[in-house]
Amino acid sequence: MTASFRYLLRLGDLSLILGQRLGEWVGHSPALEEDLGLANIALDLIGQARLLFSYAGEVEGRGRDEDGVAFLREHGDYLNAILVEQPNGDFGQTIVRQVLVDVFQLELYERMAASTDARLAAIAQKSVKEVRYHLRFSSGWLIRLGDGTEESHRRVQGALDRLWPYTVELFAADELDEAMAESGVAPRLPEVQAAWSARIDALLAEATLVRPAARPHIWHGKRGEHSEHLGYILTEMQHLQRTYPGARW
Amino acid sequence: MQDNRQWPLYEVFVRARGGLDHKHVGSLHAADARMAIDHARDLYTRRQEGVSIWVVPSRDITASDPAESDALFEPARDKVYRHPTFYDIPDEVKTL
Repeated sequence: MTASFRYLLRLGDLSLILGQRLGEWVGHSPALEEDLGLANIALDLIGQARLLFSYAGEVEGRGRDEDGVAFLREHGDYLNAILVEQPNGDFGQTIVRQVLVDVFQLELYERMAASTDARLAAIAQKSVKEVRYHLRFSSGWLIRLGDGTEESHRRVQGALDRLWPYTVELFAADELDEAMAESGVAPRLPEVQAAWSARIDALLAEATLVRPAARPHIWHGKRGEHSEHLGYILTEMQHLQRTYPGARW
Repeated sequence: MQDNRQWPLYEVFVRARGGLDHKHVGSLHAADARMAIDHARDLYTRRQEGVSIWVVPSRDITASDPAESDALFEPARDKVYRHPTFYDIPDEVKTL
């Protein structure tokens, strides 16, 4: 696997797996309006994944289309940070996970819009508009729930404490991230992290939530080492393509 | 007594394109105006239906009483001369 192929998978898998997770809410949200809101976000994310996987398939040069890249890989070939494969939990936990990822994607794509890779720059320019709305949606709920009732505050603070350790991986730059930054394809992760941190702090303050203490442990979903949750997601997600290869709408 | 667990109802108006007026498209539940805009965006503009949204709390709309509709609207029925259809329009006028 070439470096740029792997990097495109990291970006695409982050969107794909989070989109798949959000899709689980369809029919189960607290209100009909939220149901559609989460489904819209899921569709945006899967749309981003499609663009990235189409590109990845071309870069790979083995004739795989977006479906082939999305659905026909093995567990260890998915390169998403494991934050996005964490269970939905209650609505508050879904919102916390969403805010953490939305701010990451916002700060990443804003910078990637000036990528030396023109195709990736175009994808980032399109995606950043979607992500701005995602963050409007998720941050609105984070503030409502955090600065809401005693129970809603307790639940989102709990979710934040639970999910916080997984955010470390988003910014843990390895040789692949370094290489992409060096060639100007992607922004430098420490820069993204500083911007992410400042924006998250402001949101947490408004939501009257406490930023959890940093923990050194780093997960390695970006290298294909996942939590036990990914297998269940893939089983459901890949079922159709594996049962009916090449199935189309 | 009002049930506070139920979000209040908002009426939604969407402008399809610049220059057109906002049209009533439906209603939805939301905790406040900002959330109503978000919900309206997600429910009523997901197929490119609009470029601008208004939301108004349904309780702030005063409606005419259906029981009074005879008194309000019946008198206009026999006054067809109020329609501008009795003018002879010169052929040279293409649009009016």
